[in-house]
Amino acid sequence: MTRTAEAPVGTGRGVAVEFRALRRSYGATHALDGLDLALRPGELLALLGPSGCGKTTALRLLAGFDSPTSGQVLIGDRDVTGVPAAKRDTGMVFQAYSLFPTMTAAENVAFGLRMRRVGAAERTRRAAELLEVVGLGNRAGSYPHEMSGGQQQRVALARALAVSPSVLLLDEPLSALDARVRVQLRDEIRRVQLAEGITTLFVTHDQAEALAVADRVAVLNAGKLEQVGTPQEVYGSPATDFVAEFVGTTNHVPAADGRITPGAPTLQVRPEGLAVGTPDGLAATVLTSTFLGPVTRLVLTTEVGELVVDATSRPGLPGIGDTTTVALTQ
Amino acid sequence: MRGRRWRVVVLTLAALYFLVPLLSAAEFSLRTPGGGYGFGNYLAIVRDEVLFTSLLTSLQIAVFTAVLVLALVVPTAVWVRLRFPAVAGLLESATILPIVVPPVVMAAGIAFVQANLGGPVFRTLFASSTTALTPFYVVLALPFAYRAVDNGLAAIPLRTLVEAARNLGASTATALVRVVLPTIRSAVLGAAFLTLALVLGEIVIARILLYTDTFPIAVVEVGRSAAGVSVALSLASLLFTWVLLMAVSFAGGRRSRKASS
Amino acid sequence: MSDLLEAPAAPPDRVRPTRSWGAALGLLPFVGYLLVFLGGPLYFVISGALSDPDGRPTLANLVASVSAPQYRAAFLSSVLLSAVTAVIGAVFGAFLAQAVLTARPDSPLRRIVSTASGVLAYFGGVPLAFAFIAALGQTGLATVFLRSVGVDLYASGFRIDSLTGLGLTYVYFQVPLMVILITPALEGLLPQWREAAENLGASAWSYWRHVALPVLAPALGGATLVLFGNAFAAYATALALTSGSIPLLPTAIASALSGNVLADQQNVGLALGFDMVVVIAVVMVGYLVLQRRAARWSAR
Repeated sequence: MTRTAEAPVGTGRGVAVEFRALRRSYGATHALDGLDLALRPGELLALLGPSGCGKTTALRLLAGFDSPTSGQVLIGDRDVTGVPAAKRDTGMVFQAYSLFPTMTAAENVAFGLRMRRVGAAERTRRAAELLEVVGLGNRAGSYPHEMSGGQQQRVALARALAVSPSVLLLDEPLSALDARVRVQLRDEIRRVQLAEGITTLFVTHDQAEALAVADRVAVLNAGKLEQVGTPQEVYGSPATDFVAEFVGTTNHVPAADGRITPGAPTLQVRPEGLAVGTPDGLAATVLTSTFLGPVTRLVLTTEVGELVVDATSRPGLPGIGDTTTVALTQ
Repeated sequence: MRGRRWRVVVLTLAALYFLVPLLSAAEFSLRTPGGGYGFGNYLAIVRDEVLFTSLLTSLQIAVFTAVLVLALVVPTAVWVRLRFPAVAGLLESATILPIVVPPVVMAAGIAFVQANLGGPVFRTLFASSTTALTPFYVVLALPFAYRAVDNGLAAIPLRTLVEAARNLGASTATALVRVVLPTIRSAVLGAAFLTLALVLGEIVIARILLYTDTFPIAVVEVGRSAAGVSVALSLASLLFTWVLLMAVSFAGGRRSRKASS
Repeated sequence: MSDLLEAPAAPPDRVRPTRSWGAALGLLPFVGYLLVFLGGPLYFVISGALSDPDGRPTLANLVASVSAPQYRAAFLSSVLLSAVTAVIGAVFGAFLAQAVLTARPDSPLRRIVSTASGVLAYFGGVPLAFAFIAALGQTGLATVFLRSVGVDLYASGFRIDSLTGLGLTYVYFQVPLMVILITPALEGLLPQWREAAENLGASAWSYWRHVALPVLAPALGGATLVLFGNAFAAYATALALTSGSIPLLPTAIASALSGNVLADQQNVGLALGFDMVVVIAVVMVGYLVLQRRAARWSAR
């Protein structure tokens, strides 16, 4: 039903994952209200939505920490709905503080192998290898409390990957980090995921994060799926008003024949879809102006209501209180 | 859910171990000399003047002790959290001390002072059981009181509350009394009632220092002639304190639920 | 110049954590009180233990307190009673605390156990002894019941005023104290540790063995030491239960102090107190070391 581009599949030990008519109710409230969603082998799918939308519930149902009221969870072609968490063969990275505090980084990474009775020499080798992959080869002997939040999350990623799981689960792994580390680790996760070719479910409430890192984005609201598609599709042609509002900023612009026309049916237009200072545009007054680096975000008051415009930062942009004009870009 | 059987086993064992002695004591205390059951033993507290007077003495000690304990503990716990978090661990360890310093050793030291040192200060201190015992019961009550109050403080945004109050023009003392104290009311009451439990149960220091007019000592003494009365009154004092604590716990729980909804 | 104008200008950062000696002044009342009313008696115990009745320094009391056979017996049974009840209380208390923690925070079970722990750990002594006599004395309710089903405790040598009976009674206040002491540590086990372990293939047992117990170890050890100290220091229960028939260190001190024996017994009594303080000090040092370990894991 949804138009999607083919996911770039990695080296390919990825397996498919499917949620079928998945429902989880707590009394009368439905955390998940019939979710149908399939992950392709090797893709990174971002599950995006506001808090309480059911995205974490979906992830926990896949990990086996919770059981569904009805519906099924499939990993590969195996129905894992009743399988305990310890036997599901998933690797999970938690929000924060999930490293075992009495173990070193290497011991943390080796833990899953130890549970699988892998010999000590092999465990040590594999732990060192994975710490190298996440760029922490020199911190093998450090305890979690001696590492920064970003380093801890890298170790958690290595730990989740060490057992070569069929699915990688990321539960808002960046939300406890500060902005700079967040972007850095986000790209790092994507790099490792592509290299390993592992099917990955990335739960986040941050739309920029989801758009930046995912092959496809699934937007969830109030326990229901709103849209699944590539970042470009979800951003460029939102399927519902909710998606349009939640992903990026949207103006509701009455337009006819490519011109802003008061009273006409409304179009959803992104801030970069509008331009200021065009010769025959609609009259507007600048309410606020925020310099964001490459672009400057202007909020304008016009006859058709407030409009948000991202203009390329340049000398001569109208300032607060100035009058200007606004039009759709072609 | 999975593997909850051990929980049932533990809770059943605990219920057996903790309830059987209490129920046995209750049964024993309700026996009457004639062979039936009745509340005669409990009524001794109003019939027996010695017991009644001793109860008043102990309640007086309990009130003084609780006031002193709270005056020491609340400002200190607040101060440590606001200004001196570095010593929090150290202070918590210090408050463990009175649990493990034997009351009998404390009593030995005090007895030495009582017997060998004179002077107006000591004469006033040792003049009555209230003045002699209260200061030392405060020491015994500190560990749990500090823990209770500190737990209460941990549960509230203390710094924000104090800063907001000061920002609105309150002095630190006012902020403490008008803003902080009401929010930790149940913790403070809990600490006070635990102090009551301590005072109603302490016999070691009182006996060694020969202040035999306190309630617990009188209860033990009356046991020599009327065991039923002893059991009845000690059980009653235990249940009384427990009921007080439960009331605080449930009242506090209702308030916090209302606040969160 | 008015207060009204000045008050809002007070810098908000006046209330900030500092390590200055000024901040330490705020601790003075608390620390001072402990020094006077806890430290004072301890000082007189120690100085009395190290001097003869005329105030001359001597080590004779200390030597007597550790060499006389009746004191040595008292010391041994005190240590035995405290160690055994500390371990039993710690194990059972930890299980009970965990069983209660798995219930909802505002459930009646949790409230009952937490308030009862406070009362029982604190009350100790008198009511406890009476309750156990009523249950397990010669004609106690439980004794009679057990006899009716064919288990005769007293025929098999049990006595409530024996060391075993005393131990059984001590556990009654050891368990609640353990619940109070260990609950915060159990609450400190983060749910994501269990989930991460499960996710990595660990069974419930493996989680406890490899993750939870290593985290809890210092707290468990520390709490057990406090329980040891608690039983070692306890006297009220023994006093009410046995009226002094079992030789325990506190009993020996009390009878030495009661003064109806020889006059220099007073100082021997203080020397016994000194011995107790030494044992307690060793226990406390162990506790502090373990506290430090425990704090390390919680540093985030």
